[in-house]
Amino acid sequence: MSLPAPVDLGLAALVLGLAGWVITTSATYRAAEGFVAYGLVLALVWVRLGSVDVALTEAALGSGLTGLLLLRAAARLPADDPAETTRPGPGVRVVAAVLCTAVAGALAAVVLLLPEPAPSLAPAVAANLSATGVGNPVTGVLLAFRAVDTLGESIVLVLALVGLWSLAPDDAWGGRPGFLRGPAAASPLRFLAQVLPPFGILVGIHLLWIGADHPGGKFQGATVLAAMWVLVLVAGLRQPPRVTSRPMRGLAVFGSLVFVGIGTAGAWLAGAFLAYPEGLAKPLILSIETALMLSVAVILGLLLAGPPEPDDAAGVRS
Amino acid sequence: MSAVEISTVFTVFAVSLGSLFFLAGTLGLLRLPDTLTRLHALTKADNLGLGLIVLGLLPQVSSPLGWIGLIAVWLLALLAGATVGQLLAGALRPSDGTPPDRGGGSA
Repeated sequence: MSLPAPVDLGLAALVLGLAGWVITTSATYRAAEGFVAYGLVLALVWVRLGSVDVALTEAALGSGLTGLLLLRAAARLPADDPAETTRPGPGVRVVAAVLCTAVAGALAAVVLLLPEPAPSLAPAVAANLSATGVGNPVTGVLLAFRAVDTLGESIVLVLALVGLWSLAPDDAWGGRPGFLRGPAAASPLRFLAQVLPPFGILVGIHLLWIGADHPGGKFQGATVLAAMWVLVLVAGLRQPPRVTSRPMRGLAVFGSLVFVGIGTAGAWLAGAFLAYPEGLAKPLILSIETALMLSVAVILGLLLAGPPEPDDAAGVRS
Repeated sequence: MSAVEISTVFTVFAVSLGSLFFLAGTLGLLRLPDTLTRLHALTKADNLGLGLIVLGLLPQVSSPLGWIGLIAVWLLALLAGATVGQLLAGALRPSDGTPPDRGGGSA
């Protein structure tokens, strides 16, 4: 067994250090910032492990999107940090520490006790990948061999949006999401929100397109698109749509509908739900990915934009 | 020296110089006394350090698409760095609209 490279040791130490810092720091805002840095370092770890797909997802969703949610949540907490004032008692903290250690220990035990060689379906995927027409095994697994999982995920996202909107008080229903609207944005931010989106949209489409054969795909592309939309919203160049807007709701469920539609058609044309007819696998996979990217981008943006707020709190309409 | 050797030497030199800027920028971020000077150190590392590293890597990439990608990374980092620098410096500005003591102006 060869020794790990110094850069890997450094990355491992950095991940552990950041993780420890995020847990132990008492200031909510700083913990959220540490979490973002932690996600970015973790993405580098995935790159070192050769999993560029996972790295892209971790950087975009795990670090960027989740980090933004945490930062906004931290910003909305009362100024007198509740993490300081209502710190749980020692009993609760000991129980939480024991539970967390047990979960982490169980996970570590599972990984360490894996049989050697670990059971793997990778050879089967490699042998059958050519039937799907795509060159990236991750895309092949997500949209052909385990398409039902991906379908479930796309529906879960819609349900998450429904859950978020359910948090709206009655008088806010029909309003616009207000989570991303702050005081008037500074002019550099408005400038960035005017310059960056064309490039971001290009990068998003590029990620989707190369996802068929290289690391990338709809989720990574959708995150970039959602980031551009959120940037425009934060800069105040556009208002988020009202939650009652039918075109926007249609776009949010469009991807899942296309997925279910193509999957159902497969029951007749190819003999099984979510099966693709011979020779049409790649165009169908790309169609599903494109539709899903649009929907995922809209849903991610709306999740970040938060529940609707009453119009009088919404500030000036453009 | 052959063309390959010259380009390799150029890459090593430019990437090393770029890393030096990152090192100096990090040192500045940790050691400089106030936010505006720390911002200055940070953006210098991003602009020059990343620029030199990209410049050094260009001869190692054979496809024009690769060149465009590398240069786009640098330009996007420039745009992001300049914007974030302005935003952070703007957040330091007193709310009555008077410019802060240092770092104002249109740089």
